[in-house]
Amino acid sequence: MEKVIEKFSVKYLQILNENGSCDDNLKPSLTNKEIKKMYELMILTRAFDEKALKLQRQGRLGTFASIKGQEACQIPSAIQFLKEDLVVPAFREHGLYITLGLPIEMLFQSWSGDERGMKMPDKVNILPISIPVGSHPLHAVGAAMAFKLQKKKSVAITFFGDGATSEGDFHEAMNFAGVYKAPVVFFCQNNQFAISTPIKEQTASSTLAQKAIAYGFEGIQVDGNDVFAVYKATKDALQKARNGKGPTFIECFTYRMADHTTSDDASKYRKDSEVKKWEIKDPILRLKKYMIKKNIFSEQFELETKRNAEQKVEEAVKKAEAIPKEKAEEMFNYTYEKLTPELKEQKENVRNENK
Amino acid sequence: MTRLNLVEAINLALKQEMKKDKSVVLIGEDIGEDGGVFRVTDGLAKLYGNERVMDSPLAESGIVGTSIGMAIAGLKPVAEMQFEGFIMPALDQLINHASRIRNRSRGRFTCPLVVRCPTGGGIKALEHHSDSPETYLIHTPGLKVVMPSTPYDAKGLLISSIRDPDPVIFFEPKKVYRAIKQEVPEEEYLIPIGKAKIVKEGSDVTLITWGSLVKTSLEAVQHISDINVEVIDLRSLSPLDTSTILNSVKKTGKVVIVQEAPKTLGFSSEIIAIINEKALYSLEAPIERVTGYDVVIPLPKNEDLYLPSQEKIIKAVEKVTKNAI
Ligand SMILES: Cc1ncc(C[n+]2csc(CCOP(=O)(O)OP(=O)(O)O)c2C)c(N)n1
Repeated sequence: MEKVIEKFSVKYLQILNENGSCDDNLKPSLTNKEIKKMYELMILTRAFDEKALKLQRQGRLGTFASIKGQEACQIPSAIQFLKEDLVVPAFREHGLYITLGLPIEMLFQSWSGDERGMKMPDKVNILPISIPVGSHPLHAVGAAMAFKLQKKKSVAITFFGDGATSEGDFHEAMNFAGVYKAPVVFFCQNNQFAISTPIKEQTASSTLAQKAIAYGFEGIQVDGNDVFAVYKATKDALQKARNGKGPTFIECFTYRMADHTTSDDASKYRKDSEVKKWEIKDPILRLKKYMIKKNIFSEQFELETKRNAEQKVEEAVKKAEAIPKEKAEEMFNYTYEKLTPELKEQKENVRNENK
Repeated sequence: MTRLNLVEAINLALKQEMKKDKSVVLIGEDIGEDGGVFRVTDGLAKLYGNERVMDSPLAESGIVGTSIGMAIAGLKPVAEMQFEGFIMPALDQLINHASRIRNRSRGRFTCPLVVRCPTGGGIKALEHHSDSPETYLIHTPGLKVVMPSTPYDAKGLLISSIRDPDPVIFFEPKKVYRAIKQEVPEEEYLIPIGKAKIVKEGSDVTLITWGSLVKTSLEAVQHISDINVEVIDLRSLSPLDTSTILNSVKKTGKVVIVQEAPKTLGFSSEIIAIINEKALYSLEAPIERVTGYDVVIPLPKNEDLYLPSQEKIIKAVEKVTKNAI
């Protein structure tokens, strides 16, 4: 005997298309104020990004990973997280940090190579950036398992790239999430590149969303340059998790507009014409088109939003650059809760050397 | 002869070995068209095709695990880890399998693979891009571990590593990737695994080091006019060239070891133990070591405070001299 015992399908969601036309049946209910807020946060994130690239070129910042083009993957989801939720990001997540309230000067501080920039203020429940690709989703699953055990309504949300889905730990995270029905949202920003590796060489799967099916839960692909699609997919996934219905995998299909980092030269492996094609799909531009159509956009609003953003960013740079260097001996203080005798001695030596 | 830097010398070694031996294949993240993030494999995909220069998915355990399979099946894979911080997912494959295949099968199967891995700090990089994890690998029976510090040695040592019948971890000190240019012969030559090199002869103090700190140490001792320091570049960490070390110690009676990794159980601990076992009575002073601290290496702003510097090295040489009985 031979028969088909399982069949699967994968949904794709787009609500706002490139022309700014909106599928009103699918559009999540958002006030004009909320839509404007998302626009402002995206502009702010982009202003931060542009400034960071500039500072890096001037030698005032270290290696930097640009978020350009991925703003709509982060802001519409982050505005929905609750204070009690936990966010577990990778490293290209400036939009998350800004939306969740990390002071921008601390982001600059962090990217200039100062550990203190990643000390989240109280109530900003996002972990420091995680550079080892693909291992951190497990932490989100663990946190979600804890929330479940503690009978909390909190959700853990983890962000990572397409490349991360190749690491073994990613698959362990997905499997645990499915097995324990953990209240977790996997947020994959498929920007189609892992440094130079295009998505086609990363996996033979036609979507990343379908990977979730193998682990027993839903995966959906959304247009990652569409604020409404990302908003809706996140909303549904959060609700599902809070209601004890387990994990969701959201693949945000987008494009990395910049080099991988400032140490990379993307012209070595991809054509400018391809990048150009994605310029017209820009998530900020798209939202603007929509807002114009709905008469909730004016030139003055745009100017003010940009001016405010630039001002905030400039002030943040000033603040960041005025912060004195951390004292040498601080490097010892966070190894354990208390210094071991050996560390005490090493710290004393360093203090004397750097008097 | 041409003057090459370390990156170019490694590239040349790969190119020549791939030409000579069809079973040599490369695998790693972004090593094909992109030529690797440090451009070490630049041009090789063009020359030998994507089948022998394999751009892999982003998975270090996958890269090393499949390399083990390829090696067992008769290829000679040279795998690239993008940075030392990312060799960690592959430790399971290296420690539980690569190092043990020979022993487990009583020699029936072997694992002649090379894992190339940039290492060390001093380049003002992000977290996980400045570590010195050599101890984890040296500690593993069945793995060989080398770390050249010059272009000339890099070429000869890499060829030896590729031809070695056992798994070799080939650490590349990225701080000196482009910092040193040297005459590197086109012709084939081998630097044997297991041989240290006296890079500066001296009679008063033996300074033992490896990796990018060879350069730092050589620069440091130039500032010491009244103490004649012998500088040994270990090049090969496992197996270790004990006799070169002991001969020098017997000559000078004073030892300084310079290591970038955190202090506790860094490789200098083992070197001190060996000297204590085999040449204790030649010592005229307690051995001095300049090492990293037992902390995570700080991010760029304070990285220099952690790294062994010329000043710290000079101080140690002066101290061991002063302490001599
Ligand atoms: C385990 C590990 N291997 C390699 C790297 C080097 N590296 C940094 S980012 C990156 C590509 C990541 O691609 P993806 O997950 O798609 O995220 P993106 O950079 O596109 O945001 C690589 C290979 C790393 N950080 N961690």
